[in-house]
Amino acid sequence: MYVAVKGGEQAIENSQALLADRRRGDRSLPELTIAQIREQMPLAVDRVMTEGSLHDRDLAALAIKQAAGDMHEAVFLLRAYRTTLPRFGISEPLNTDRMHIHRRISATYKDLPGGQVLGASFDYTHRLLDFALAAGDDRPVAELAEHAVDARMPRVAEILDHEGLIECEAPDSDDAPVSDITRESPRYPADRAARLQALARGDEGYLLALGYSTQRGYGNNHPFVGEIRHGTVSVEFEPEELGFPIEIGEIEVTECQMVNQFKGSTTKPPQFTRGYGLTFGHCERKAMSMALVDRALRAEELGETIDAPAQDHEFVLSHSDSVEASGFVQHLKLPHYVDFQAELVTVRALREKARRLAESSDDPESSSIAAE
Amino acid sequence: MTAPRTPLLTVDGLTHRYGERIGCSDVSFQMFPGEVLGIVGESGSGKTTLLKCISGQMEPTEGSILYASRDARDVEVYGLGEARRRMLMRTDWGIVYQNARDGLRMKVSAGANVGERLMAIGERNYGDIRHQAEDWLTRVEMDIARMDDLPATFSGGMQQRLQIARNLVTKPRLVFMDEPTSGLDVSVQARLLDLVRGLVSTLGLACIVVTHDLGVVRLLSHRLMVMKGGRVVEHGLTDQVLDDPQHAYTQLLVSSILPV
Amino acid sequence: MNRMTTTTPVASSSTTLGAEGYNFAYLDEQTKRMIRRAILKAVAIPGYQVPFGSREMPLPYGWGTGGIQVTASVIGPQDVLKVIDQGADDTTNAVNIRRFFAKTAGVATTEKTDQASLIQTRHRIPEKPLTENQILIYQVPLPEPLRKLEPRETETRTMHALEEYGVMHVSLYEDIAHFGRITKSYDYPVRVNDRYVMAPSPIPKFDNPKMDRMPALQLFGAGREKRIYAVPPYTKVKSLDFEDHPFEIETWDEPCALCAATDSYLDEVVTDDKGGRMFVCSDSDYCADRRDAGHAGPGLPTAPKAISRDGGKP
Repeated sequence: MYVAVKGGEQAIENSQALLADRRRGDRSLPELTIAQIREQMPLAVDRVMTEGSLHDRDLAALAIKQAAGDMHEAVFLLRAYRTTLPRFGISEPLNTDRMHIHRRISATYKDLPGGQVLGASFDYTHRLLDFALAAGDDRPVAELAEHAVDARMPRVAEILDHEGLIECEAPDSDDAPVSDITRESPRYPADRAARLQALARGDEGYLLALGYSTQRGYGNNHPFVGEIRHGTVSVEFEPEELGFPIEIGEIEVTECQMVNQFKGSTTKPPQFTRGYGLTFGHCERKAMSMALVDRALRAEELGETIDAPAQDHEFVLSHSDSVEASGFVQHLKLPHYVDFQAELVTVRALREKARRLAESSDDPESSSIAAE
Repeated sequence: MTAPRTPLLTVDGLTHRYGERIGCSDVSFQMFPGEVLGIVGESGSGKTTLLKCISGQMEPTEGSILYASRDARDVEVYGLGEARRRMLMRTDWGIVYQNARDGLRMKVSAGANVGERLMAIGERNYGDIRHQAEDWLTRVEMDIARMDDLPATFSGGMQQRLQIARNLVTKPRLVFMDEPTSGLDVSVQARLLDLVRGLVSTLGLACIVVTHDLGVVRLLSHRLMVMKGGRVVEHGLTDQVLDDPQHAYTQLLVSSILPV
Repeated sequence: MNRMTTTTPVASSSTTLGAEGYNFAYLDEQTKRMIRRAILKAVAIPGYQVPFGSREMPLPYGWGTGGIQVTASVIGPQDVLKVIDQGADDTTNAVNIRRFFAKTAGVATTEKTDQASLIQTRHRIPEKPLTENQILIYQVPLPEPLRKLEPRETETRTMHALEEYGVMHVSLYEDIAHFGRITKSYDYPVRVNDRYVMAPSPIPKFDNPKMDRMPALQLFGAGREKRIYAVPPYTKVKSLDFEDHPFEIETWDEPCALCAATDSYLDEVVTDDKGGRMFVCSDSDYCADRRDAGHAGPGLPTAPKAISRDGGKP
């Protein structure tokens, strides 16, 4: 008898209970704490903070726990929380020049003022599964250098800048408000601020693939890693009643400056151009991908031919957000039986017509439906 | 011709710059109903820039383009709002592109390509639209059995015929053609040019044909403009210009390209 | 109770909201004001897609975030909310959204079309005619009717601005040329107030005529695509067609198996794996009402009251 679609409410509650149970797993094992996730899965936390656009390690760790390790789900949780937060104002621009450096490398100069600072990185490891780690990690705390790294650490772009070899960053007029993609719906072509915002919260996998595509000839932009730096910077805010900025805290960021060849145009001499990437925490792969895609999206501004997906504003920006993409792909799971019924009626009618046509005539000229 | 000769199109002091570079400079001329004007020159001479400006696709840096619209008023082409300009372009004008992909909707059938302009101006009877599409496909000598096929399945020459039919279905008064025959085989070229010549004279179309091929203008155009470095260097009746070129560049062009 | 004759007040009062720390109906007042401004603009320009600063919602994009934001912006404590998905009140999406508002706004909810002041819907318009006192809010996945023909937003905006809609008919022409009829069966494009071409959201074309001059206000929210549009009460809504191939709606050869309705949209229910099937009303409230009024369809072997609104649950 017909009962198929009834009883939704109870089923939903049962599903939620099962999910919670599955997240907890075997009860004989200790439960993960937020602090453990924050401390022992720092890179997962960083990615969730970056794509969730909220710098809060504990909340990101909670999101990962609640999402049972599903990173897209964790990003979504953080975003949905973030969007309801009140806004006090807009901070001063970060000064990454004054970064307290954890890592800083350049691929364009062997040595440079401040030196190459390797920091913590997978780059120099052998990717061999460490079975000793399975038994437990009782490594001693790493020894730190006696002196902190050089506080004067000019950015590579500035070194090129002295010679005029690299374009100046287009100075923003101070009065013009910076676009805010969380408050306005996108307009195309998008300005650079809106582009960078979208890329900064964009999905790492998506940006990685797009950046990669530019290297394989789909909009080649001849990149060099001018510099990657990771560390902490202070955030300053100017309360209206005070009239001058004050430091309100520190955040951890990764910045990548790509230096790209540019042949020059009718109005500009040959010089190097920039692609820029910035993430919360330590997301080096993401920062590099973002810088590649940022540069690719500048093709129009620089008078280059636009023939690759990564250069297309509408294509890149309208598909970069994993919360949007994941929701829309997965909405296909929702019932569509009304639409499907409409399609069934149509297809049956078309087939019926074809059948009648085939029956009614064996004469050769009406052998196809379209010939009617 | 008994009707008073009022110009259909009056171009005055038209200049277009791409930044520092000159696209075309200080071009002035008039066109009359039913007249075919050829514009020749080598690549980079500014002829395509000129065509784009006149045909409403690119606003020139300076100069004016007056068009005598059907209600007998002269309108400034770029003074019209975009809506009216685009309406003019898809009803009273036609544009035949060098590359059929630019002028055709490649993902819909030949019949729909011809019918699109009719639907755009509000025709809502499927039977009528289809009938008119058949009529025009016949007039450009296409096989109407193939009217439900996609343009990509047609040869280059047939695609150009389809473009022409698509443009003529709204009975335009002025048609722009950008290298309509380049890229086609010589024999296909000849038959297409024949067709165009026939249509132009029976329909009384005014036509601007941009080409690097002097053979094309010899066959189609009444008057000829020769361009070099963005400027018009010679302008006159086609036969006169080709048989007795005055400017050194035209002489070079005629002697080097046109087999005597 | 074998049927819900009255609206059901939600168990929790506003003081015991589950969503602690959130505003009434979840969204903050500033956001609601922004959305209301967009709605006013949409009502003023029927069928025009108004861009708005869509927020992330605690529901995934594509699952009704646009509809929820619109509902959250117009709902008040006195409202009675009905939520349907595919015409039914008890499908998972409808249940989720109804619970969301019960939790965050504490409003009364109902399954009865004529007792609701707000109806949020996915993919259907209720069979029972709506009134001036009601607002119908559609969840819209893809607001741009031209998108399948032209992927670029910059170009489609220009096409709307200049009323360049020829291409819409080109797609209908192609259907007829190839299949002898218009094959579009849902999200069938309409022209609103003789001006904007609009996507009615993926409702079956069966529902299109209900939009025309509807007494209720119709609001459309597309969260992921960040667009709101509207059809004000009594506005002309015309489904695109040709004179000689007029717009037609679906028909069924048999009536609803449960309530014998011949005027409602029917869902096909597969009853076995040997091709057995029956057709039942997609609008669950409409069907239950008819059964309660004594109508019995051929699919009811026993007394009609045996299957009532709660679907035969003990």
